Amino acid sequence: MKTETKAVDINRNIGDFAYPEVHVRDAGTGLSEKTIHYISDVKEDPDWVREFRLRGLKTFLEKPLPTHWASKDLEAIHFDKIRYYLAPGTGAKRSWDEVPEDIKRTFERLGIPEQERKFLAGVEAQFDSEAVYSNIKKAVGEQGVIFVGSTEGLKNHPEIFRKWFGKVIPIGDNKFSALNSAVFSGGSFIYVPPGVKVKHPLQAYFRINAENFGQFERTLIIADEGSEVTYMEGCTAPKFNTATLHSAVVELVALKGAKIQYITVQNWSANVFNLVTKRGLAHENAEIKWIDCNIGSRLTMKYPGVVLKGRKSRGEVLSIALANNGQHQDTGAKMVHAADETTSNIISKSISVGTGRATYRGLVHIPKHLKNCKNNTECDALLINATSRTDTYPAITVRGTGNSVQHEASVSQVSAEQIFYMQQRGLSEAQAMSLSVNGFVNDLVRQFPMEYSVELKRLIELEMEGSVG
Amino acid sequence: MSSSVALDEVSKAGSVLSGPLQSHDFPAWFREQQQEAWKQFESLPSPTRKDQLWRFSNVDLLDLKSFKVGGELSDKDRDAILEQSSGLDSVAARLVFAGDQLIERDVISEQLKKRGVIFQPLERAMVEHTDLFQKHFMSQPAVLGSAKFAALHKALVSSGTFLYVPRGVEIELPIEIFHWLPGESASVFPHLLLITDELAKVTVVEHFRSLDRQVAGFACGVNDLIAGPGAKVTYVCAQTWGENVRALQMNTTTVDHDASALSLNLHLGAKYSRFESLSRLTGEGGRSDLLAVSVADGEQEFDARTLQDHVSPHTASDLLYKNALDGRARCTFGGLIRVEPHAHFTDAYQKVRNLLLSDDAEANSMPGLEILADNVRCTHGATSGQIDEDEMFYLRSRGIPTKVAQRLLVTGFLNEVIQRLDQPAIAAHLHQLIEEKFAV
Repeated sequence: MKTETKAVDINRNIGDFAYPEVHVRDAGTGLSEKTIHYISDVKEDPDWVREFRLRGLKTFLEKPLPTHWASKDLEAIHFDKIRYYLAPGTGAKRSWDEVPEDIKRTFERLGIPEQERKFLAGVEAQFDSEAVYSNIKKAVGEQGVIFVGSTEGLKNHPEIFRKWFGKVIPIGDNKFSALNSAVFSGGSFIYVPPGVKVKHPLQAYFRINAENFGQFERTLIIADEGSEVTYMEGCTAPKFNTATLHSAVVELVALKGAKIQYITVQNWSANVFNLVTKRGLAHENAEIKWIDCNIGSRLTMKYPGVVLKGRKSRGEVLSIALANNGQHQDTGAKMVHAADETTSNIISKSISVGTGRATYRGLVHIPKHLKNCKNNTECDALLINATSRTDTYPAITVRGTGNSVQHEASVSQVSAEQIFYMQQRGLSEAQAMSLSVNGFVNDLVRQFPMEYSVELKRLIELEMEGSVG
Repeated sequence: MSSSVALDEVSKAGSVLSGPLQSHDFPAWFREQQQEAWKQFESLPSPTRKDQLWRFSNVDLLDLKSFKVGGELSDKDRDAILEQSSGLDSVAARLVFAGDQLIERDVISEQLKKRGVIFQPLERAMVEHTDLFQKHFMSQPAVLGSAKFAALHKALVSSGTFLYVPRGVEIELPIEIFHWLPGESASVFPHLLLITDELAKVTVVEHFRSLDRQVAGFACGVNDLIAGPGAKVTYVCAQTWGENVRALQMNTTTVDHDASALSLNLHLGAKYSRFESLSRLTGEGGRSDLLAVSVADGEQEFDARTLQDHVSPHTASDLLYKNALDGRARCTFGGLIRVEPHAHFTDAYQKVRNLLLSDDAEANSMPGLEILADNVRCTHGATSGQIDEDEMFYLRSRGIPTKVAQRLLVTGFLNEVIQRLDQPAIAAHLHQLIEEKFAV
């Protein structure tokens, strides 16, 4: 804890601790219909949710691993050795004092309550499967904003959430969205009423504490007409000996004229498989913006997308990925244009260090008879060592005459002259390298909320340590 | 599998799917290779759209059942083909193939022959220059998706061109080759094996044409282009197959140290035309330029897959593909720059630009990078757009009809690629072919 700002701390060393497990609820290892029924029973799911889960399981078992295009490393996930549900056995707490002592200590170290006290509008922390602490500032609550866990959301507000749940990302979207549909627990359900502009960001924190555990949070954010909301999530896990799985589904719905900004800073330890499906649905004049920072994990596969359904809607993905030794950051973006005058923008910057591999995979789709749709895609990759690797695999489909699309990518090295210049002025090579890398991502980082950009810069410095010389 | 071929021989006689013909004058070792290739063709799975290398491609069009191999060429057709085999005004040599039969041959000058240039049909080279042939003939595996069709080509190839340019020999005028699809359901398996030795220089222009522009046909060609140290190889393809032809072309260019290779592929014809181009840079100082122009309309589908494979450090490659799409045409570009480990100081570019002229045209672009070395400079770009309204307005306000203005702007758009060839006579011929397509 060397920082003054107790923002959600994404320093890997701080995240690398684990408390003994005291889980009352444990679905055991492996996945079968029994697991699903166990989860549904414990969570007292309504029948339709139970059915939804069972359909998810069926689809998951039917679908093959997407290794015809994705990394073969996926085969290293042993689905039968994973524990799919762990919980302390009590629901989310409303006040910090009610939270059990050891869990509290975990989050104290992660800096959550300070955060909230300072300025965050509400905070939800997820420890293994369930939200352990959630609160939403009074003022925000009075505006009618609902900020609850997925279980509570589906149980207490079905009239709001059921309509969109599983609609942006259907069960069968991919193997891992199906898995999440089967065993999801935790995550945030947010509803922002028409015209409400939530001034401060809402925040969630996800942490994997148990070995061989899979975390499957499910998040659904609905911004009603003309409303605005910013949501931030951070993720960590301690270092375990065996691989751990994180497979979330995040659905965003921006109704007419609404704005959603979704910020992720993940700092998974190097044995986490992070396979996340994120998609937003933008109605007329709405705007959805994903800001995504991927650091750590063994393999991350994450392609935040926006379906631009309404006229003049806008979608944006800003992404930073840092792949260190042995890591593969397979990230990108999807923009599906489905109405006239929709615009999308993708900016991706990746850094590969040591034997790290950063991959950009993108999809831009502009179907027939649309007018004045625009997409801009820029991917820049920076390679630090001779063993570093980077790939770019975009797929762009355009039909018709009214649209314009441009894609650009470049790959480069840190310029030797820059390093030389800085060394001339007394910086060590490592310092110079770190500064140069921070400069590379600076124009993106500047768009982040203040404390995130500070943390991210520090985190990049940390990752760059020992990468030269 | 070969026994099943024998059983089916009666029902599939003359079909592409009945296996290698036994009647060729090929040496036994090559006939064996053909049998091997046939087994490979039969055992490899057919491509599906789920294969990353066939994504967006209309694989259903690759049903080969109805296509025939061999067949006699009537005197009337032969005369018609010879009459229409006009391309460049002055060439160093010329071959005309119709249905894979060599029907005319203008040999190279005595002077070039004396300096060691070899220009002969493939089947003779197999016998007379066995070592060179065996070393280079299809020596690179087809890695861009069509391994099955490369095997089919090898099994069924019955003739082709062998060109060897020895050390230091520069052939100023281009060498011209015609490949004709002669009739209904015909198939051809064109092959060009071009080997240049140190500091040699040569330009080859290939024309792909159909005698009857309406009938169905199938073409499955492979080219091996080898640029020796310091050599300069220019390859131009002018593809104007008839409108019901399905065509596959797999080209491999190998660029040795300080050599440069430039290929320009013009695609105007065929219902479905897939073009795979692998450029391997194996020696320091090598450079490869990959250029292509397509004009697609109606229901045409063009599918281009490329790989710029930087094996050696200090190499450069530059790809520029431009497509103009009208009607319900579809174009797919899947390209990859691959920088192998240790191939430092690579300079690689890749750019694909689509000009959409109608509301039903579709352009798919997949420009890719795989970089495994750090000291490199690589960029790629893909754009899709339409004709600039201001440019159109400028031309219209000067009294030029819309149709003509559009044609002018498209020609200008494509000309940037053709100019890169820096050979005015060939460029003029390519422009003429584009004009003819617009005129229809």
